[in-house]
Amino acid sequence: MEVIDLLRNTWFFLIGILLLGYSILDGFDLGIGMLFPFLGREEREKRILLNAIWPFWDGNEVWLLTAGGALFAAFPHAYATVFSGFYLALMLVLFALIFRAVSIEFWHYDEGRRKIWEWSFILGSFLPSLLFGVALGNLILGIPLNGDMNFTGDFFTLLRPFPLLIGVLGLSAILLQGSTYAVLKTEGALQSRAREAARILWIAFIVLFVIAFFATVAYLPEILRRGWVWLSALVVLAAWVWFFKSLKQQRSGVSFIMSSLIFTGLWGIVGASIYPNIVRASNLFYNSLSIYNASSSELTLKVMLLIALIGMPLVIAYTAFVYRVFKGKAGN
Amino acid sequence: MDAVFLSRLQFGITAGFHFLFPPLTLGLTLIIFILETMYLKSNRDLYKGISTFLIRILALVFVMGVATGIVLEFSFGTNWSEYARVVGDIFGAPLAAEGISAFFLESVFIGILIFGRERVSRRVYWLSSLLVFIASHLSGFWILIANSWMQTPAGYRIEGGRAVLVSFFDAAFNPSTLIRFFHTVIASWISGSLFVAGISAWYLIGKKFVYHFKPLLRISLVIFIAASLMQLASGHTHSVQVARTQPEKMAAFEALWDTQKGAPLSVFGIPVESKQKTYLNVSIPRLLSTLAFLDPEAEVLGLNAFPREDRPPVLVPFASYHLMFALGMLFIAIALLGGVLLFQRKIYQKKWFLWTLIFAVPLPLIANEFGWIAAEVGRQPWAVYRILRTAKAASVAVPAEHILFTLIMFVLIYLLLFAIFLKVLVKIIRKGPEEISGEPYER
Repeated sequence: MEVIDLLRNTWFFLIGILLLGYSILDGFDLGIGMLFPFLGREEREKRILLNAIWPFWDGNEVWLLTAGGALFAAFPHAYATVFSGFYLALMLVLFALIFRAVSIEFWHYDEGRRKIWEWSFILGSFLPSLLFGVALGNLILGIPLNGDMNFTGDFFTLLRPFPLLIGVLGLSAILLQGSTYAVLKTEGALQSRAREAARILWIAFIVLFVIAFFATVAYLPEILRRGWVWLSALVVLAAWVWFFKSLKQQRSGVSFIMSSLIFTGLWGIVGASIYPNIVRASNLFYNSLSIYNASSSELTLKVMLLIALIGMPLVIAYTAFVYRVFKGKAGN
Repeated sequence: MDAVFLSRLQFGITAGFHFLFPPLTLGLTLIIFILETMYLKSNRDLYKGISTFLIRILALVFVMGVATGIVLEFSFGTNWSEYARVVGDIFGAPLAAEGISAFFLESVFIGILIFGRERVSRRVYWLSSLLVFIASHLSGFWILIANSWMQTPAGYRIEGGRAVLVSFFDAAFNPSTLIRFFHTVIASWISGSLFVAGISAWYLIGKKFVYHFKPLLRISLVIFIAASLMQLASGHTHSVQVARTQPEKMAAFEALWDTQKGAPLSVFGIPVESKQKTYLNVSIPRLLSTLAFLDPEAEVLGLNAFPREDRPPVLVPFASYHLMFALGMLFIAIALLGGVLLFQRKIYQKKWFLWTLIFAVPLPLIANEFGWIAAEVGRQPWAVYRILRTAKAASVAVPAEHILFTLIMFVLIYLLLFAIFLKVLVKIIRKGPEEISGEPYER
């Protein structure tokens, strides 16, 4: 393999890692956001739930920002095509993220409008959680692209049944992550409610996963020939089984690792299904954006790799340190 | 409606709103770091008290910066997809590097600052304040690398209509990066220190928490004085760089229509582009030549030296550049006055001066905006100077009415957020620092 192709493959993988990091970490605080009305019955419980994510959520969101930046740097055409093609959907995500970001802080200080900030937090968590999966479903299924690599569909192209299904699957995985995190960080009645939610979501997830998996195979039968797809699906299933065991044994740390592994498997399936394309053209195969025709130059990929190899281990190390600092149940 | 125009408007509004917050963040992290260092050394709870108070404000300002910043990171794809295609090989890297090397660091350790005082040792806490200070500035550094590359691109070659990286070092340290960084960081320190000085002044006038805010006024005022004076040097150096690397931009700043030897520095005027004339012009002969080229007879290129389609608009860069300059001079005047009063130890009694500080709080933020508008509008008609025209940089897949819709949404959302931000800010400020045991506490 030529050096540049090696770099392209590495960056495909690394962006996957960044997105995985994002879904594991921001997954739990998005999940908490959506579970907020169901878990937090009184002011004290709401405060506990917020405190459980407050020190972390902005660091978690940086994973998304960095994944976006890395996509821009490594595969500028893919970044340009996807972000302009999904314009309105992405803007909805951005509006949601803006409201979500400020609503925790505002909830705390702006007591008169607490209900409003509560709902902006809930909706601000819900919309991105759903739309991320919808976007991903569109990448798996493919979107119409012209010869200049630009999207030629409209807003409703994005809302086809398959992408919506992937959206709901992603939503359930994020909810599962959130409920698991809530079990980990709370106690008493709040924790039992979170555990109950986790149990229901555990069932909902697998139903959706099986349907989505068969739907994917129906659209793209060739993915069954890819070993990584099978392996990743196996990871999802194994983690799903083990998740329930650990939930029953009340080993919430293990549950959290298992729900994170579920994300790992899901991303594995997505990556293995679309590779080497990033944006599949549904109309004309030749118009697809792959890691080969969408990438930056060898030098840029190299410099970026150097920055990532030095930077990311440090990021992971100090992020782990800070999670340790705030270890234990969240207070009110 | 024209999609390019709408995208420009949207970028201008979203970036302009975002740019209110990072300068305050940078200034606050500096002051917080100084206070934490004093606390670590002296062990006086006073410093801990005021630092904690400022950290609460930092948390709010930082959140506003994060919420509005993510829009910009994505906007190069959403609204400027052709820009991303043409210069993504170079422009994407600093944005990604900002995330990896700076923004993670800042976000993670700001969590320790806000919530971790009781959970980590004093040294670790102090270190966190240092890391947040470094990371916020490093973050600005990467963003300004990206911005500077649009102004004075370097380290690339054009290949098949796209800019391709040739030297990362040259691209990162292009002719305007370092001076733009210093100029912007100093502007941020001016913004942050005057903000804190204004809050301190407000408490001193109301005779509340006097014990806390006397030292804080001193600290912030010293930073403000130093930064205001430093800005004179950095502003001058930045202007010299612009005159040499983007002569048509300098010509627009000065409304210099014709190329001339011994060019004057314009102090006031109303440039009218259609007539190519500056009305009510007040200028100092030969000063522009002297300042930009150290030679009173040096030739300075006028706007007419450039093809019409390559000229920037004149009125907006001219006005914003001059207003920024005037505000900078005002800050120096306030700084010198404050320095004298501080030296004479009269400052706490001079109510009129304390009031001046309070009313001056928004001015550096306005000066920042003017400086930024001058820099970016002066860069037109280019998105990337002499590589890519703004008109060719916009997304082609996005219909104008979608942009109009999001533009309206951004305006409404940002107006709402700004109102709540101010309300919460006032609330945090009014609440003041926590009571400290063992130290005198005046209410």
